Amino acid sequence: MKKLIFTAFILACTFSAYAQDDLLDLLNEEQGEQTDYAIATFKGQRLINGHTVVTRKKSELEFLISHRFGRVNSGIKEFFGLDAANVRFSLEYGLTDGITAGIGRNSLQKVYDGFVKYNLLRQSTGKVNMPFTVTGLSSIAIRTADNFDFEDDDFASKVSYTHQILVARKLNEKFSVQISPTFVHRNKILENQANDIFALGFGGRMKLSQRIALNAEYFYRLTDELDSQFNDAIGIGLEIETGGHVFHLNFTNARSMAERAFITETTGDFFNGDIHFGFNISRVF
Amino acid sequence: MKVSRIFLALTMFLITLSVSAQKRYLTRTGHVKFFSSAPLEDIEAHNGKVLSIVDLDKGEVAVDMLMKGFEFEKKLMQEHFNENYMESGKYPKSTFKGKFEVPDGLKNMVDGAYEVDVTGEISIHGVKKPLSTKATLTVANSQLSGELIFNVRVKDHEISIPKVVVRNIAEVVEVTASFNYEVYK
Repeated sequence: MKKLIFTAFILACTFSAYAQDDLLDLLNEEQGEQTDYAIATFKGQRLINGHTVVTRKKSELEFLISHRFGRVNSGIKEFFGLDAANVRFSLEYGLTDGITAGIGRNSLQKVYDGFVKYNLLRQSTGKVNMPFTVTGLSSIAIRTADNFDFEDDDFASKVSYTHQILVARKLNEKFSVQISPTFVHRNKILENQANDIFALGFGGRMKLSQRIALNAEYFYRLTDELDSQFNDAIGIGLEIETGGHVFHLNFTNARSMAERAFITETTGDFFNGDIHFGFNISRVF
Repeated sequence: MKVSRIFLALTMFLITLSVSAQKRYLTRTGHVKFFSSAPLEDIEAHNGKVLSIVDLDKGEVAVDMLMKGFEFEKKLMQEHFNENYMESGKYPKSTFKGKFEVPDGLKNMVDGAYEVDVTGEISIHGVKKPLSTKATLTVANSQLSGELIFNVRVKDHEISIPKVVVRNIAEVVEVTASFNYEVYK
């Protein structure tokens, strides 16, 4: 009798082992571990002035219009800076999912710029675990306005280069941070300036709601110039996203939007009220 | 006593055999498409890595897919879909589990198309809702395939559409699924 019960027990076990397994559990097992890539670390290719790790995807064309007005503390006579505007237009195109090339034109000093950006690593969890997204950026800026400070203002002296390694991490659904080691080379400089400038960029984005985020960025210059009239660039901005558009409303002490100019030649003192209001409007086609 | 033991062993053997020979069919490359038709824009996305399993003995079916597996024509749209609407970081999967009456022909894998009424529960964006729909299961040369079309009301799954894009995204999204199953071992 005992044996019979035992056999029946084994039988019940065997049977239940087959019958019990839920089909969804079974599929979950079959699915296995996947690589989950972080998405939307930042919404735009720019945080405020500086580049983010974001690249455009293959065949996407981004049209970016940026404005920086004059200083807010210039008073009512200048309509708090709105009378003077520096404008940059650019077209930025995804050659592949990881490589974006762009050209732009700034009204300030009539600077033409061009850049190439290449995504090297993507933050992911699961099968492939990668804590950071890493993107490289190289840009060139060519000033076409004359500079009367230079006696001999040939073409080479109008050119400068910027190289950055952008390292970002999306910490959670709401908060992303970026650190950007930066090298700027200026072909021609004024006395007491350095041709090569190293800087460390810091940036962050915090989502306030599903479509609104707060952005901040800071470029800390590591190279001491003998007589520097320039300040570190600081920016705070509000980002509003609607479908294919991203709007940035920015407050920054830098007036230019070319890497060389805002990283190494920002004149405004943010804490003294030398703040330029501005906006970026991005449309992706 | 001996006879009864042999009898028992035989019964056990037979039951085990019949249980292990149950007819289960699986696919890892199921295809799900959704289509949203709104005044300003038609949006279509495809996921070609959908898992599904059918049990023809019990008349059960299950579907499991990763929302990040949906591919859109515009990558930016794909990002919005995952970040703003589906919140794929929080709710990575959508699943369905349902039951249906198995026609005799289908049970014996006789060639033909069988229309069945499937009732079950669909889970999207972490919200479970009952779903009843017709599905067609087809047997051809001992191969099983399945097809179904149904509608999902976006609101039912607590997916909010902001007013700015209300004319770009439909309230009811049409979902088309097709599966080519293989014997599950």
